[in-house]
Amino acid sequence: MPDRPMIEIAGVSRNFGTFRALDDINLTIAEGQFFSLLGPSGCGKTTLLRLLAGLDVPSAGTIRIDGEDCTEIRANARPTNMVFQSYAIFPHLNVAENVGYGLKRLRLGRAEEDRRVAEALEMVRLPDFGRRKGNELSGGQRQRVALARALVMRPKVLLLDEPLSALDKKLREEMQIELRSLQQSVGITFVLVTHDQYEALALSDRIAVMFAGRVAQVAEPMEIYQHPATRQVADFLGGMNFLSARIAGETGETLTVETDRLGTAVLRKPAGFTASGNRATVGIRPERLRVLWDDETAPHMLTGRIASRAYFGETTSLAVAIEGLDAPLSIVETNDYGADELKIGAEIRLAYDPEALVLVSDPAA
Amino acid sequence: MKRTTRSWRDREDLRGLALISPTVLYALALLLVPVAMVILYSFWKQSFMTIDHTFRLSNYEAAFTQPIYRALFLRSLWISLTVSLVTVVMAYPVAWYISFHGGRNKNLWLFVITVPFLTSYLLRVMAWKVVLGHNGVVNSALMWLGLIHQPIEALLYTANSVVITLVHSWVAFAILPIFVSMEKIDRSLVEAGRDLGDSAFRSFRRIVLPLSLPGVISAFVIVMIPTIGDYVTPTLVGGRDGMMIANIIQTNFGQAQNWPMGAALSVSAMVLVSLAAGIMVLLLRLLVNGVRR
Amino acid sequence: MRRLARIRLLPVYLCGFIFFLYFPILLLPLFSFNSGATVAFPLRGFTLNWYAQLLQNATMIDAAMNSLTVGLAVSLVTTTLAISASRAITRYRFPGKRPATGLIMAPLFLPEIIVAVAMLLILLQIGIQLSLGTVVLGQIIFCLPYAMSVLIAGFEGFDRSLEEASLDLGETSFGTFRRVTLPVVAPAILSSFLLCFTVSFDEFLLAFFLSGTRTTLPVYIWGQLRFASKLPEVMALGSLMMLLSITLLTIAEIARRRAEKRVTAQGGPHA
Repeated sequence: MPDRPMIEIAGVSRNFGTFRALDDINLTIAEGQFFSLLGPSGCGKTTLLRLLAGLDVPSAGTIRIDGEDCTEIRANARPTNMVFQSYAIFPHLNVAENVGYGLKRLRLGRAEEDRRVAEALEMVRLPDFGRRKGNELSGGQRQRVALARALVMRPKVLLLDEPLSALDKKLREEMQIELRSLQQSVGITFVLVTHDQYEALALSDRIAVMFAGRVAQVAEPMEIYQHPATRQVADFLGGMNFLSARIAGETGETLTVETDRLGTAVLRKPAGFTASGNRATVGIRPERLRVLWDDETAPHMLTGRIASRAYFGETTSLAVAIEGLDAPLSIVETNDYGADELKIGAEIRLAYDPEALVLVSDPAA
Repeated sequence: MKRTTRSWRDREDLRGLALISPTVLYALALLLVPVAMVILYSFWKQSFMTIDHTFRLSNYEAAFTQPIYRALFLRSLWISLTVSLVTVVMAYPVAWYISFHGGRNKNLWLFVITVPFLTSYLLRVMAWKVVLGHNGVVNSALMWLGLIHQPIEALLYTANSVVITLVHSWVAFAILPIFVSMEKIDRSLVEAGRDLGDSAFRSFRRIVLPLSLPGVISAFVIVMIPTIGDYVTPTLVGGRDGMMIANIIQTNFGQAQNWPMGAALSVSAMVLVSLAAGIMVLLLRLLVNGVRR
Repeated sequence: MRRLARIRLLPVYLCGFIFFLYFPILLLPLFSFNSGATVAFPLRGFTLNWYAQLLQNATMIDAAMNSLTVGLAVSLVTTTLAISASRAITRYRFPGKRPATGLIMAPLFLPEIIVAVAMLLILLQIGIQLSLGTVVLGQIIFCLPYAMSVLIAGFEGFDRSLEEASLDLGETSFGTFRRVTLPVVAPAILSSFLLCFTVSFDEFLLAFFLSGTRTTLPVYIWGQLRFASKLPEVMALGSLMMLLSITLLTIAEIARRRAEKRVTAQGGPHA
């Protein structure tokens, strides 16, 4: 992976009146990367994207794009282009005019303009749509036009503001695959804003998870999922069972913790971890707990009673009350062994792997 | 590296002010300043060809004590009050029908209703002269039917003819605010009311009526205030008995050349009608609060 | 049964209402084709005489040209002023927005006679000669609320990200206004223009007070109303004016609906 930085965000804040939408953001995005800003609505991810686009100016800090200080440079003079959440297809222009909108100012000449528009439409697989009006397109087609309109400008960075959120589930999944392969073929740096953790995990090279105007963690998808730095990040990316633990030992990089029911484990400290007192919070993903059938055994086992269940077709989600734990453990089982036939109140045994425990920063602990 | 930037984005307020200021300055120069001028004039006095600029209340004294002015004020108030009440009562069912039963044709209905309002006021008033006149439509029809043998003279050139004509002129305009406030009513509220056991009438009285009250009030005000100063209608169809305050204002600014008196009459008319409208609005609120229960 | 009766009653009332609204107006064309010399029933016979006389009437034609000039000037200036004001109101936040809006919309809530005398007073005070120009000045104030209502509605549905997209694609602020904003709200602008023209063309009181020796069509009609013998000709003129107004208003309405459709068609995520 090329490591040359394309975007450098240093100490960026944005205030709206007394509200601090972004608080001292520091991020570096490498050239050619598919980078996602992930977080719940109101976390500041769209504000940050608009700062990158030049549609807004930070209250403090600097933004460099391809080595150049762009903080005060307006949107129309930046090497970035954006796909808007509403797609912002110009309603009075047809598809070809929409795609060629930005080229008009470059004075390339008619022939070159037409060639690039055709090429862009080809790229998003809408070759014969040039004469259609914006309001004659479906949601997916509008999204492709918006993509073509931005890509035709050959930006250094393509910014995407929740581009798939308006599409239905099936189309969204198709477009995810297409977006990923498009990014790989054009090799442009993509910055995607999304609130959908699966979308971020599936598409990105790197993810920044944001809460309340701050970046909570920046890492590759697997790292983020498997080793969330904070309880908040862990919770936002799928389900997680949290357990309270006692700190029994500490080295530079690891912490030895004793849990009430899941034994003792030596766990990696997440970045920025500081222990408060001798308590720590550890987590385990529901899919890392497994039901033991019949007389099957495992090195680490727990016994409990099913407190509630929810059926999801290919999987069943169970909440299992364990004696000695404050909250029931939630687990997800595929239905091929008959997890869908388990009844509430039934006693079951669970297998777990102490390796699957992760240590998270938890300000509330 | 901390710094604050006051760049183009942060000056949103300045851009807004810059865009609106030509229009506002225009309105200041040709509306607010002139009206302020009228108020100023009303405290001065005309003495032959010159204006005496000392502050005095004598014009107002005359406006409220001289019988001719008093009579005109009372009649104008009475007419504008009657017109606005009749207008609102006539407009309400129409607005309700369009809003609740207009379906896809709401816009068409609104268009059909507002077109007459936007065509020549003068011509519409003239048309009523034809309807109510000596040989007019009503008299001709009644005579043809044998109901009367002599044309009824009292149809035209009375306060009633002024009221009818004004109602015709303004009723379409009153529909709009009522309609808008009805459109804002969440339809599920009405359904919820019905679901909780209200009869159709009861749900209307307890939900639609109170929630459309703001529309009714603005319809009332939007009709009452302009009608008090109407000039064309009383001049054309009012005769001696239908004269209104605008006629005497015009006379003072025209032939009589007594601008301060005209100004005082204008200001008094404005203040009186605002007071009357305010009182009516309060009464309306009380009334609706009463039936709501 | 009661329910049925109630639902039937309202359309009957509505028909009566529409009749009340349109019946007097329809009398104008009726009498304009009536050969009787007085405007009264019974009707005599069909004639086009009044229209023929009208077209030979030089004073009337002069007044019509005046009205046309005034109407064009008023609708042009009013729409221009209203475009920038309504854009400011719908797009930006700034101090004094409410009083500013209130001032611009105030003529809707003022007796027209007071607006007229106030303007007369200030113009004579400054020493400006009354002319068609002063009529234009006055009617702009009178037309602004109408133009504002149409244009605010036009700008309100406008998706701001369209302008941002244009900026993002390299266009300047001015270029964005010209290439995106104006074309998208063009139907609303046309609608405002036509509405102002119609209102100005039919406006009497301000023209009566502010026109000095020149006359517009409504002022001309006012002068003719005193003569009973002129009435049929005035009916013919009135019918023509009514026809023009209704035509222009219909076009304005069609434009307004196109504007609405455009706005909803670009509704983005919910499209």
